[in-house]
Amino acid sequence: MEATGWGRYPKTTAELIQPADSQALQKHISSQKKVDSCIGRGAGRSYGDSALSAQLVSSRFLDSFLSLDEQAKMLRCGAGISLGEILRVCLPRGLFLPVLPGTKAVSVGGAIAADVHGKNHHLDGSFCKHVQSLTLVLASGELISCSETENPELFRATCGGMGLTGVIVEACLSLTPVSSSYIEQRSLVANNLEECFAHIEDNSDSKYSVAWLDCLATGNDLGRSILYLGEHAPSKNRKSDTVYRERSGPGIPFSTPSILLNKTTMSLFNASYFVMQARRRRATTLDCDSYFFPLDSISNWNRLYGAKGFLQYQFVIPSEGALKGITSVLEKVSENGKGSFLTVLKKFGTENENFLSFPQEGYTLTLDFKNETSLFPLLDDLDQIVLQHGGRLYLAKDARMSETVFKASYPNWEEFVRIKQKYDPHNRFASLQSNRLGLTQ
Amino acid sequence: MKVLIIGATSAIAKATARIYAEQGCSLHLIARRVDQLEALESDLLVRGASKVSKSVLDLNKFAEHENLLSAAFAELGGSVDIALICHGSLPDQAKVEKNFKQAQKEINTNGISVVSLLTHLAQKFIEQQQGTIAVITSVAGDRGRQPNFVYGAAKSLVSTYIQGLRGKLLAHNVHIVDIRPGLVDSPMTAHFPKGPLWSSPEQVAGKIVKCIKSGSHTVYAPGYWRIIMLVVSSIPEFIFKRLKF
Repeated sequence: MEATGWGRYPKTTAELIQPADSQALQKHISSQKKVDSCIGRGAGRSYGDSALSAQLVSSRFLDSFLSLDEQAKMLRCGAGISLGEILRVCLPRGLFLPVLPGTKAVSVGGAIAADVHGKNHHLDGSFCKHVQSLTLVLASGELISCSETENPELFRATCGGMGLTGVIVEACLSLTPVSSSYIEQRSLVANNLEECFAHIEDNSDSKYSVAWLDCLATGNDLGRSILYLGEHAPSKNRKSDTVYRERSGPGIPFSTPSILLNKTTMSLFNASYFVMQARRRRATTLDCDSYFFPLDSISNWNRLYGAKGFLQYQFVIPSEGALKGITSVLEKVSENGKGSFLTVLKKFGTENENFLSFPQEGYTLTLDFKNETSLFPLLDDLDQIVLQHGGRLYLAKDARMSETVFKASYPNWEEFVRIKQKYDPHNRFASLQSNRLGLTQ
Repeated sequence: MKVLIIGATSAIAKATARIYAEQGCSLHLIARRVDQLEALESDLLVRGASKVSKSVLDLNKFAEHENLLSAAFAELGGSVDIALICHGSLPDQAKVEKNFKQAQKEINTNGISVVSLLTHLAQKFIEQQQGTIAVITSVAGDRGRQPNFVYGAAKSLVSTYIQGLRGKLLAHNVHIVDIRPGLVDSPMTAHFPKGPLWSSPEQVAGKIVKCIKSGSHTVYAPGYWRIIMLVVSSIPEFIFKRLKF
């Protein structure tokens, strides 16, 4: 079958394996005689080629809850379960996931493999900080569990390890108590990038914090943005306080012509969004679905970028050089006549010890670009700006970074390869991305 | 509500059980594989089922059906609101059409075992004078087609049986639903290439729960299969016998 990531670029042909349970998965991995490379795949929400390989091992049927200890706030579940499913079951009991990325469709296994982050990284760290333990199937077919204390090396390589150590089948997560499913949102208007940074620093104790940026504004307006701050709303002592409301709206039934997303329509959208949001009420209460997953309400929104797909470009730059670095990136994008439909800025807290986890203390910017030939040289230039400022790119979004750029920006890659070799000497687990980045070849 | 699910570890059954669990129902599960059954039990409890019990049996042991169902009714406190029969297997047509022993086994699994279960279930439901029995058959039972007529014959046996039984149960306030899923993307069909006509077990489960509630008779899941099968059924035999699909 033809397979792609969420960005629909690149495309490849792959065999899809959907084991019915973890025993079937073990059997599959250990019985294969010819050494074909494979990679675990959850919801297929990584953007580029990190979940693409000759063979895709789906966690789709590993979607069972194993236990929920409401006192200890601990959930054990299969790796194929989506974060949305966890919210639906746990929120009515006053329990919430401590880290949520921008979509609820991601699987637990995928969230661990990419060590995803949310709007509260500056306070609560990334997803894997809240993973108590996990179980994975190694290249030998053996089932092994690991945590910070049990096989700690393997744990640190698997958290954020893009599925290269084995197929994650199960995880134990700690949940956080909440008294309601609503979020009180405040927004602050920033007329340029410097103002936005100041707002973020002034509100660093805010639970959730993320800024939307008008990527097409230039000159004095460069980096004009709206900072959204959020706190869990207090309980109103009603039964409906913790009901989880799933928002769903119209979907995009097919790829729309990519010509519809051009500089004019994007400027128009970005400028009018800025003006509209700047005029809106500064404080409002939203249900958690609308707050955390606004894009989930448009199913298959990735089709908006046309049949050739799109690339998301997310990088982080350490705080001291962030303002300068991000300014240069935005200028470079604008110089090249390119624009991003949605641009998001957020501050990260301290980095963790996982070998390939993306977040590091600093600022992260996410841009998306429709796929066109002229885009690739620009992204190479952006890579250089990011490198100069000591930053790096997010592997879950990447589809084209060079091996040199990767190895220069992820200092622990050698340590990672050493551990991978120990558990998977023949590179049974490899993705198009890991081959490109020189991790498995 | 008290729900009995037979063949509980099949993908459609699992998805349906999850919906009932989230509604807070008590469930009794019957299946052949104990490890899968245990995994489903804990899953349903986390999702909110008020009680889950289970029994393990290979449903081709017909002689044990009566005791099995009595035990299930006892576990659920003597009465059952919904009984769902989901078990089945998808034979390799090329093999079974040349080997009667295997064909017989498949017809037993997909057809005769269901008749046996329905015989006992009908008695129990008549005694309690209420409830709904739902049976998963298949669109394959609507017309015998070359690639799967052994499976289709077993399923149509059940569908025909249900049509008659429905009338018998009417006077006793007991309803029976015939659910005919189309192509479902489940572990049972893992080896088939998938196209746009395939649906997920969750989609089918949602429809099952809805139709049990509304008291439908014959349900195609998803609904467009009714039209597809209408077309398939109306093809004249002299053409149909030449079709290989």
